[in-house]
Amino acid sequence: MRVTQGTFSFLPDLTDEQITKQVQYCIDNGWAVSLEFTDDPHPRNTYWDMWGHPMFDNPDAAALMTELAACRKAYGDRYIRVVAFDATHGWESVKLSFIVNRPTDEPGFRLNRMEMEGRKMRYATFPYSADRPAGQRYQ
Amino acid sequence: MEGSSDTPVTGAERYKAGVLKYAQMGYWVPDYEPRDTDIIALFRITPQDGVDPIEAAAAVAGESSTATWTVVWTDRLTAAEKYRAKAYRVDPVPNAEGQYFAYIAYDLDLFEPGSIANLTASIIGNVFGFKPLKALRLEDMRLPVAYVKTFQGPATGIVVERERLDKFGRPLLGATVKPKLGLSGRNYGRVVYEALKGGLDFTKDDENINSQPFMHWRDRFLYCMEAVNKAQAETGEVKGTYLNVTAGTMEEMYERAEFAKELGSCIIMIDLVIGYTAIQSMANWARKNDMILHLHRAGHSTYTRQKSHGVSFRVITKWMRLTGVDHIHAGTVVGKLEGDPATTKGYYDICREEFNPMALENGLFFDQDWASLNKVMPVASGGIHAGQMHKLLHHLGEDTVFQFGGGTIGHPMGIAAGATANRVALEAMVLARNEGRDYLNEGPEILQAAARHCQPLAQALEVWKDVTFDYTSTDTPDFVPTPTASA
Repeated sequence: MRVTQGTFSFLPDLTDEQITKQVQYCIDNGWAVSLEFTDDPHPRNTYWDMWGHPMFDNPDAAALMTELAACRKAYGDRYIRVVAFDATHGWESVKLSFIVNRPTDEPGFRLNRMEMEGRKMRYATFPYSADRPAGQRYQ
Repeated sequence: MEGSSDTPVTGAERYKAGVLKYAQMGYWVPDYEPRDTDIIALFRITPQDGVDPIEAAAAVAGESSTATWTVVWTDRLTAAEKYRAKAYRVDPVPNAEGQYFAYIAYDLDLFEPGSIANLTASIIGNVFGFKPLKALRLEDMRLPVAYVKTFQGPATGIVVERERLDKFGRPLLGATVKPKLGLSGRNYGRVVYEALKGGLDFTKDDENINSQPFMHWRDRFLYCMEAVNKAQAETGEVKGTYLNVTAGTMEEMYERAEFAKELGSCIIMIDLVIGYTAIQSMANWARKNDMILHLHRAGHSTYTRQKSHGVSFRVITKWMRLTGVDHIHAGTVVGKLEGDPATTKGYYDICREEFNPMALENGLFFDQDWASLNKVMPVASGGIHAGQMHKLLHHLGEDTVFQFGGGTIGHPMGIAAGATANRVALEAMVLARNEGRDYLNEGPEILQAAARHCQPLAQALEVWKDVTFDYTSTDTPDFVPTPTASA
């Protein structure tokens, strides 16, 4: 399967040139760009690990691309995403978030059902990869 | 009628038993400067033949505030002048003979805090049946910050909705399940599952799907949540379906909303026809229970569509931002339902901006400060398809939900393929926009290029290539921008 979180997951994986353009778009809008990585792709896993702080005063996408290369070197077997933050009043949150690296094999999720009273069902989603300890999931 | 002028009668004469013109009673105050805390209403009035427009405006002010048809001495027991609404400006409507724009200011003390029911009982109450007018339309309102602050506003708001869904930087995608009536719960859930698995973020109950013989509401909710959870597990994405909790009583709506919450739904929906008070109650419930609240504007066209009489949808949109819904259907521009681009932009700006500057070309007659009230996500629904993606993104922007009902379910390869086509088209268009491309003009080529790696999109573009809805709108702005001489 293919985890389709992020803004561009239905397109073929973006090339570095395409990533650079998106990052520059964010910077030109005054948003701080950053990288985050994880080996737990659960849809409610909000807090991926940060690859350094968001780049608040960086005018050039090249700086982020350098960091992306380093991040891929260290965590190329995991999901990596670009996250852009907009500090403008009234937004003050993420403005764009897209995956720029993913594991070669994505085993997907198991859906557990627990039957409750009155035909109700309690659902739980588990990434198959999360059965292994953090750091060893996609090796 | 006594008197021959519009000048207010003062002193003891003002309260002599009998009948005065409304203007003479103090409802026409041409030199009045509205206070920052006044509520201002702009009406389009069409007086009966022979009725003076200023007297008609004064009558509207009177009948929507304190007046009755005759002088009453009990006015003198109150600070009557404060409570009288004041018509202060009357302009002929451009290119519309016999119609006038009347500006009327109301003191804030006339209104109960936090109650749209109270506001509307005055502003669109008795006055709309007033005989000396042929027709009356509430075009716009200026809501002072002091009044805005008495409302909760959208239960969730655009930003928090996106955070909860973990979806940023692109319009959201939805589809209304079709046929809208007649499917069993089990069959209905099939459509939800296929559409969400294929790439949509949301599916939606239609306005009139409540609890009918072919499908009772509990059955629908249970099958829909099976579909949502299964699609979530297959995509790794948060998914939702708007469970319509509209019902005959508040008690029944609360029961359905509670059940939706128990099942883990992130969103419920209501119809506009449940009424302002019920909407506010559901918005309070939604805030308390971390639920996104979708509003379907069922019924609005009965009073918003004709320009001469009724209430403009921009006013309804303002009221809905106050009452606290998170989503509102606000037009597509290109789809099958009423809405010209300039007027629709006005609705979208009311939903999404912190501050609306006056923009006559978009039908916005006043500056409007929203005082940090949450933003409403406008929803575009009705006769739209993947081939229009560049136009939709251009006209409606990023913080919106594009809902393709037939444009998903009618896909020749099936529902999931229809959903995939829409999602690929959307992502390709956003990517191109962010790259700085002229995506509006290059839209068809961008879509064709994306279709080369997506067969479902190629088929969608082929099937619906000739579908457009080019009809003249009935509700259009009265003003067009004029170029300035300095250029």
